[in-house]
Amino acid sequence: MADVKKIATRDSYGNALVECYPDFPNMVVLDADLAAATKTGTFKKAYPERHVDCGIAESNMIGIAAGMAAAGMIPFASSFAMFAAGRAFEQVRNSVGYPHLNVKIGATHAGISVGEDGATHQCNEDIALMRAIPGMVVINPSDDVEARAAVRAALEYVGPVYLRFGRLAVPVINDKPDYKFEIGKGVTLRDGKDITIVASGLPVSEALTAAEELAAEGIDARVINIHTIKPIDQELIAKAAAETGKIVTVEEHSIIGGLGDAVCEAIRENPVPVYKIGVNDEFGHSGPAVKLIEMYGLTAPNIKATVKKVLGK
Amino acid sequence: MDVKQLKITACNVRKGIIEGVHSAKAGHPGGSLSAADIFTYLYFQEMNIDPANPKMEDRDRFVLSKGHTAPGLYSALANRGYFPVEELKTLRQIGSRLQGHPDMKGTPGVDMSSGSLGQGISAACGMAKAAKLMNKDYRVYTLMGDGEIEEGQVWEAAMFAAHNKLDNLVVIVDNNNLQIDGAISDVMSPYPIDEKFQAFGFEVVHCDAHDFDSIAAAFNYARTVKGKPTAIVAKSVKGKGVSFMENQVGWHGKAPNDAEYEQAMSELNAQLAELEG
Repeated sequence: MADVKKIATRDSYGNALVECYPDFPNMVVLDADLAAATKTGTFKKAYPERHVDCGIAESNMIGIAAGMAAAGMIPFASSFAMFAAGRAFEQVRNSVGYPHLNVKIGATHAGISVGEDGATHQCNEDIALMRAIPGMVVINPSDDVEARAAVRAALEYVGPVYLRFGRLAVPVINDKPDYKFEIGKGVTLRDGKDITIVASGLPVSEALTAAEELAAEGIDARVINIHTIKPIDQELIAKAAAETGKIVTVEEHSIIGGLGDAVCEAIRENPVPVYKIGVNDEFGHSGPAVKLIEMYGLTAPNIKATVKKVLGK
Repeated sequence: MDVKQLKITACNVRKGIIEGVHSAKAGHPGGSLSAADIFTYLYFQEMNIDPANPKMEDRDRFVLSKGHTAPGLYSALANRGYFPVEELKTLRQIGSRLQGHPDMKGTPGVDMSSGSLGQGISAACGMAKAAKLMNKDYRVYTLMGDGEIEEGQVWEAAMFAAHNKLDNLVVIVDNNNLQIDGAISDVMSPYPIDEKFQAFGFEVVHCDAHDFDSIAAAFNYARTVKGKPTAIVAKSVKGKGVSFMENQVGWHGKAPNDAEYEQAMSELNAQLAELEG
């Protein structure tokens, strides 16, 4: 996979905003002094009159977005996941979630792949926080194609949406003519009968690689990409649980409250064993993103090893 | 509406506050009463609104940043005709449209959900900025508590308002000088309030929150201000209009019992009779 095209989903976010604006004239893009990093700078360059920099004041930015939405606009409030979901949690809950306003939160630099900035900026709790808010849609795209489709889908949907993007360039895996994005619908990337690997965001491509290598060893693993963590595709996951009997989840997030827990909730009436790969109740570290991903086990070799261990092979 | 009629209306708004809070056996009468004349002026004189069409696109907007004084907002809305005055008695009850703090999804005339202090002003700034972006000429008003401005987010929003030259925004500070734990000057003084807003780039004007000529002068002045937002520091008396509640911090968030209710209503009815006489 050495020559595979790689794009960071934060770049996809900035590009998608530019692509979508002509179709959504009520759009406005907000940032909190991070336009160069969140890539809303791309939008700012194209449509400066619709880019509002709120300065280093994320709590206020979420309130500004709420007021704009109440006045009929479609704001994208952008910052790092740590500050959009973390610092401004209560503003998102009370000013956006409770009134169910049409605010889109574009959270970049999610998870440990932030890299060198370290633990203070590596948000591994945002999915847990955001999906606890009633009525909040939570989307965690796996690549460029999905991220751009997610931005458009969020614009077409009326209500609050949390979009999670990454800093690190990730392989483009959904570049297929029949690719279709639907909020709340998981995607079976590979069929299989022995076990199901459910992944979301950055490690989806690693899960696919793992499954391909496992196939060579006679293990038939199903791979499901859950881009929408809330509302989760309960039907698809329950079916996979019933048909394969075991699930491994892979997420660039704490195993507390993230994808793994959402999968457990989805199958709670007919449970099967669920093994969670993710950040195991600890803070991150400084270091190159690729090394950190290895360290936290979000790679094909670790997914492979986990599957084999679960299957006793 | 002339001053006499505004005074009569404000008295009815105060009666609605007492009705609601007494019926709920909970709520915040003190700050609702201190702002009763401001609520009245906004909904009966100042704002371009239509109770028959609460979502009118180009209406002026009001955000109750000090959301706990919802009884005052609800009473003004009911008296203005958004919903029956009788409904004020359902305040804080299960199934009521009148939640403990304003809920824009359920209550006609409520432009923004609020209640967590410091957040309403940001939403008001968002609405005012949206008007600028969409070339609309509506105005946005937000009412804040003087204790509320201890929240840091208020000053983030103030910076935003001035930076974006939101001259369609009026921030009213209900300066009754009391918060739950005591006098604001003792708990965590936000004084000098006027100089702080000035330093943040606001035009600042003072008014007597219980004198309609003074209130009118402040709001009329705000309409002449261009290129920056206006803050009105409205000097008020917490619990205004009910003798035993006036300037008593204990009435911040407490409902009157039956005897206290009777006394409050008889005082307000006497004021009403005098005004109407």
